[in-house]
Amino acid sequence: MKGMTIIVQKVTQIMCGIIFLYGIYIIMHGHLTPGGGFAGGIIIAGSFILLVIAFGSKFLALKKEETGSSILESTAILLFLAIASAGLLISGVGIFFVNFLPKGTIGNLISAGILPFFNIAVGIEVAAALVTVFLALLIYKEEST
Amino acid sequence: MGILLIIVLVLMIGGAIFSLEAKDLLSAVIAYGIVGFGLVILFLLLQAPDLALVQIVVEAITLIIMIAVIMDSTREEVKTKSKRTAAYVIISIVFAGLFLYFFNRVTGTLSAFGERAMRMSLAYIEPGAEITGSANLVTGVIFDYRGYDTLGELTILFTAVIGVLTVLRLKGRK
Repeated sequence: MKGMTIIVQKVTQIMCGIIFLYGIYIIMHGHLTPGGGFAGGIIIAGSFILLVIAFGSKFLALKKEETGSSILESTAILLFLAIASAGLLISGVGIFFVNFLPKGTIGNLISAGILPFFNIAVGIEVAAALVTVFLALLIYKEEST
Repeated sequence: MGILLIIVLVLMIGGAIFSLEAKDLLSAVIAYGIVGFGLVILFLLLQAPDLALVQIVVEAITLIIMIAVIMDSTREEVKTKSKRTAAYVIISIVFAGLFLYFFNRVTGTLSAFGERAMRMSLAYIEPGAEITGSANLVTGVIFDYRGYDTLGELTILFTAVIGVLTVLRLKGRK
């Protein structure tokens, strides 16, 4: 895939970091405002996809197999399972998915126990999964032509 | 608000019909985008900002990928001869009539949309913030009440990515 013109590349350079930060904001405030792990993860994946589309596939040297995002995605689902089983193993209550951390005041950024950690794990998982699928399609095209 | 809903719904139906009938595949995909972004406006009008946020980003990325696929292949639709006999038309009309009749009967027994919550949902809505500790009730439901569902969704996503990587790997196939 070829890159686009210099106008698109300059605008992408400016906007890409802002989109990435917005995705992180959506994930971190998932338990306070609308959004959460799924929406924020897709926004983060969108910033990477924008980068690849604007600069072309030569920018990332996508001739070999790309395994970084795949490893990240597998780690994230293990992280989700580990947080869920922490309630079973170390909390002393012995229930899967139990919210064992202190809840705090409703509406603060640090509140709601383990729900923000679930949000972060889901965000990493969704972002890495979408980037992996996009890169797999792109690498398939580069290899087959 | 009712008139706004009807306008957006008519636009969405028009876009869906046009994307079925269009000869050019690129215009079919763009007309399909009308359906998705109309759904975003519907979610915002019905006061569901969580769903609207997810829908708008998923729709944008899906459109990008579909347009990239079309730019790579042909824009012309492969022509197939379709026979529209009278029997097909009659069967479709009968099924549409049946669907409308039962839809009308089922929705006639419900209360108006957003009027009052059912007794089952009140058990989630009222003590939800105290039990989960989360100010956003949707996050509280999908990670606390429905934690197993979220685990299942993540497993489905993981399996889909593994399937894509398995199908698209050229080196392993040689």
